[in-house]
Amino acid sequence: MTAPLTLRASAETLAAPLPALLAQAEHLATTVLLGDHGRRRAGVGDTFWQYRPAQSHDAARTIDWRRSARSDANFVQDKEWQIAQSVLLWVDQAASMQFQSGDLPSKGHRARMLGLATAILLIRGGERVGLTGLRLPPRRGDAQIMQMAQLLSEDGDTDYGSPETQGMLPHSRAVFISDFLGDIAPVEDALLRAADRGVRGALLQVLDPQEEDFPFDGRTIFTSMTGAVEHETLKAGDLKQRYLARLAERKDRLAQLARLTGWQFQTHHTGQTATTALLWLYGALERHA
Amino acid sequence: MWVLGPIGFTAPWLLLGLAALPVLWVLLRAVPPAPVRRRFPGVALLLGLNDDDSQSDRTPWWLLLLRLLAVAAIIIGFAGPVLNPQAARDGKGDLVIALDGTWAGAANWQAQIDRVDALLAEAAVADRRVAVITLTDLPADAVPFAAPTDWQNKLPNLKPQPWQPIDPAPYFATHAGKFETYWVSDSLDFTGRDTLLATFEAAGPVTVFQTPRQTIALRPARFEDGEVIVSATRTPIGGATETKIAAIGLDPAGVERHLATVTLGFAAGDGDAETALVLPPELRNRVTRFEITGTRSAAAVSLTDDALKRREVALIAGSDNREALDLLSPLFYLREALAPTADLIDGTMADILVANPDVIVLADVATVPQSDAVLDWVENGGMLLRFAGPHLAASDLGRTSEDPLLPVRLRSGGRTVGGAMSWGEPKTLAPFDENSPFFGLPVPDDVVITSQVMAQPDPSLADRVIAQLADGTPLVTRKTVGQGQIVLVHATANAEWSTLPLSGLFVQMLERLAVSTRPATPDAAELDGTTWLPNKVLDAYGRLNDGSALPGVAGDLLASGVTGPALPPGLYNGADRQLAINVIRADTVLQPAAWPARIPVEGMAAARETRLKGGLIGGAILLLLLDVIASLAVGGRLRGPRADVAAAIALLLIFAPDAQAQVSDDFAIGATSQVALAYVVTGDDAVDTVSFAGLTGLSQTLFQRTTIEPATALGVDLERDELAFFPFIYWPITADQPLPSREAYVKLNRYLRSGGMIMFDTRDADTARFGSGSPEGRKLQAIARSLDIPALEPIPSDHVVTRSFYLLQDFPGRYASRDVWVEAAPLDAVQTEGMPFRNLNDGVTPVIIGGNDWASAWAVNSNGSRMFPVGRGTTGERQREIALRFGVNVIMHVLTGNYKSDQVHVPDLLDRLGQ
Repeated sequence: MTAPLTLRASAETLAAPLPALLAQAEHLATTVLLGDHGRRRAGVGDTFWQYRPAQSHDAARTIDWRRSARSDANFVQDKEWQIAQSVLLWVDQAASMQFQSGDLPSKGHRARMLGLATAILLIRGGERVGLTGLRLPPRRGDAQIMQMAQLLSEDGDTDYGSPETQGMLPHSRAVFISDFLGDIAPVEDALLRAADRGVRGALLQVLDPQEEDFPFDGRTIFTSMTGAVEHETLKAGDLKQRYLARLAERKDRLAQLARLTGWQFQTHHTGQTATTALLWLYGALERHA
Repeated sequence: MWVLGPIGFTAPWLLLGLAALPVLWVLLRAVPPAPVRRRFPGVALLLGLNDDDSQSDRTPWWLLLLRLLAVAAIIIGFAGPVLNPQAARDGKGDLVIALDGTWAGAANWQAQIDRVDALLAEAAVADRRVAVITLTDLPADAVPFAAPTDWQNKLPNLKPQPWQPIDPAPYFATHAGKFETYWVSDSLDFTGRDTLLATFEAAGPVTVFQTPRQTIALRPARFEDGEVIVSATRTPIGGATETKIAAIGLDPAGVERHLATVTLGFAAGDGDAETALVLPPELRNRVTRFEITGTRSAAAVSLTDDALKRREVALIAGSDNREALDLLSPLFYLREALAPTADLIDGTMADILVANPDVIVLADVATVPQSDAVLDWVENGGMLLRFAGPHLAASDLGRTSEDPLLPVRLRSGGRTVGGAMSWGEPKTLAPFDENSPFFGLPVPDDVVITSQVMAQPDPSLADRVIAQLADGTPLVTRKTVGQGQIVLVHATANAEWSTLPLSGLFVQMLERLAVSTRPATPDAAELDGTTWLPNKVLDAYGRLNDGSALPGVAGDLLASGVTGPALPPGLYNGADRQLAINVIRADTVLQPAAWPARIPVEGMAAARETRLKGGLIGGAILLLLLDVIASLAVGGRLRGPRADVAAAIALLLIFAPDAQAQVSDDFAIGATSQVALAYVVTGDDAVDTVSFAGLTGLSQTLFQRTTIEPATALGVDLERDELAFFPFIYWPITADQPLPSREAYVKLNRYLRSGGMIMFDTRDADTARFGSGSPEGRKLQAIARSLDIPALEPIPSDHVVTRSFYLLQDFPGRYASRDVWVEAAPLDAVQTEGMPFRNLNDGVTPVIIGGNDWASAWAVNSNGSRMFPVGRGTTGERQREIALRFGVNVIMHVLTGNYKSDQVHVPDLLDRLGQ
């Protein structure tokens, strides 16, 4: 369990250098709620966007007389279309995420930090952020960040986590952060269900360098983090190639799923800096679907 | 015990365990290494992956071998292996361990004691009573039988003695009953050894322990024809060998040192060797002993007594200018008497006093030249021996008052008795008085005195007479002055006034007066009844100890010369002379001890039992430790941080010296990438700062004015840094800097030979001149003593350094002394007609030596302004400018060599070109 304050502090540190993340809504109608951020087209909002010639359906009080006085035609002020987007996060809190090698942070810590940093960015950008699985519906504000940090610092007791899709609003955005080493079927299921609801998002696979290298040799019994799963080998070194092949296969499968559902997929190692992963998440959420 | 070659086993049955090793091999092979449990989230991906090799993983053969070796070592270790197992001696009853304990055994005394220790250990096992006895130091009463452990405690007290056993057989015959004897022999024969052997054999079985070893003994040195003959004898006689012999004595400072060393070569098959050592008399008289270097034995030391000392006697005659027969010369008989035993000096008094002789003999000299100096010399211990004669008798010397250089007042004229024109018979000598130094000398009847000078009767006269005529008139008078004495013989030194010079008594009297040296060993008659006090005594190891606590020795014992407990070898003081008693006399013969065939003779080297158990088990533990590491490696557990630590330790072990190399590389690159001036770090911070600032200032000047663009000046540590990188090293001398080490000197000499230049600066030209004894100057002399510095001369006016950049004739620094020295030009360098300079083309002077404190004149501080004032006002600035120019010239000279010198040829070259 990570102290929520520490977690938040490090997430804030990580989020600080980035500009406010502007998430784009694909569908206006369904999740329209007024937000602070212009969509760079005319619509409902507070901020001036452009003048346009008044048309017949425009009420007279909408006419901008100051502008109209400079010419013969009447002009109406268009406001910028401002919306807020809902983003749902799922950060794997299962036991497998507690793995760490050497001085590197555990996968779980890195995943939580990235998740919370994304949330902070989004909330600063005026979006609403929540957690999947009805634990924390999307809201705005610092209180939400505090609550999210609280929830994220809990550790799960299962070996491998699987994403929840409950509470996902249609056409919202989602971010799944996990090592995706467990059974692939729930992930597949969740992604397909999300795609059905029109939810787009990003899959971030967080791995430890040891999981990527498999630097083991000799007679070894590998156990999962809870000890529930065991595998004994006499020559661990001989397994390396086949393990790496399976890992590549898993990544391929995830990438393929992402392509099918219009999601983004990326692998991140705890040995790399967290900023690269956050930048990627930033980019993935900003991208037009 | 079961013995296998040189190794025995105390528990051989345990070795059967080795048979189990093959079984162990199979077992170990079958059991794979224990698995590692590893938590790994990726296990989900591993599920279902089976090992290719269905066989279980086998332990590698080398690991198996390692383990088997460890187990084998443990089995063998517990079987109790013993190297060189000793068969226990089966003896019963009392045991006497007899050591010769002579000087011959001193060299390997420790080996003998070790052997005795081993024998005692055996006796302790056999539970026997033991007595350990050195034959040179027999116990007073009954043989002290005791438990071996008691004797083991007393062993360190046993000492060899510097003499041979003196007939020890009766002691054993009377005091002991039946016993077995272990005889630890020094392998040298001595008188009574056969009887002793018979006594021992009568008492029980005898075993002899000895190592045949070469014993070299030094005989007393003797004086022969101006050379000191050093001889030595050896036993047993073997092949050709050489030994070094040192003559040791006090140097003028009173420090004992090797005055001379000579190599003595024994020819193959030769038992004796001798060699001549030629020593100046001054040195020879200082020799107190000869020693075979590197040998610890009393026989390797030969003390010298008065026999080797030769007095220096100066002879001056009053009237040598007449062309007379030799026989009439006043000095003829003196020469004859003294030449064999003393070194004679001739010359004027001035020359003689400089030589500081022991004795000055004035034969018939009335007026002593330089009488004040002579008196001083006498007061400092000289002996002035004067003979009367016609001149002395005719002069007014000592008439009215006592002459300082005469022992008595003289009456005018003197007297002649028994001559053609006089009454009475020639006078004979009276027997010598007891207080006279001549006491005991026989007075021959044929010595008669016909003429003499007469002493004025005086209250003190009686005390001063040491020889008188039968009628009571003084013949020889003496008085002491300071530490010396003045003796007057009232007759001539030739046969004109008496027949004394013709007799043997004359020589004996000169000896007694210590004018000449006496024969080496006094005969028994002379020694009879005298008592001699030990001054220094030798121990068996050849060390001199103070002997003043020992009782005196009777002269007849001394005459026998047989060293023993009553007469330890050493130096003995008699009434007026010193006698050396050496272990080896001129006629001593060394004989190796020969043993009858029935006596078992064993070597001295005690083949010690070595128990190998500890080593083997320790080795096994080491192997098992190795096995731990190897098993970890095989099991894949030497990964991650553990591997890092292991690798770090390995790297540390392998590459630790590399850091040093790295530093030294950096230094080399820094020193060689650009020209850098260097200075020697003296350890005095102030001096080093000035050196650095000075070279910085010189570097700036060079940069501004010449094409030399030096890098920052570097300090070099002579002990640590390589010097070859620097063309020029400035070495300020401080009075308290340490001398370079031997390695540093090697480096410095290599540097000087290979073309480097060192500028020595004593920085004291304001107070001292070159060669005078300022502390820095003395330090420089001390430093330079071991350096290859060529012959020097003050910088000549045509030296290339006077024109290598600027034209200079002065070389000032902060001080403007002209004492600046460089390597001297070759002697054959001549100035050709019409040429301004000599043709000097070879080499750069390796040193510039001076005291002008150049660095201070050159020094700039960090602002670029001068650190020290030079002189006063504008003349001072001029001097600083010249100092800088001298620096520029020196660096130019170092870097360009003598090419400026080649300009001498320019006229020739132009001539050849037809210009």
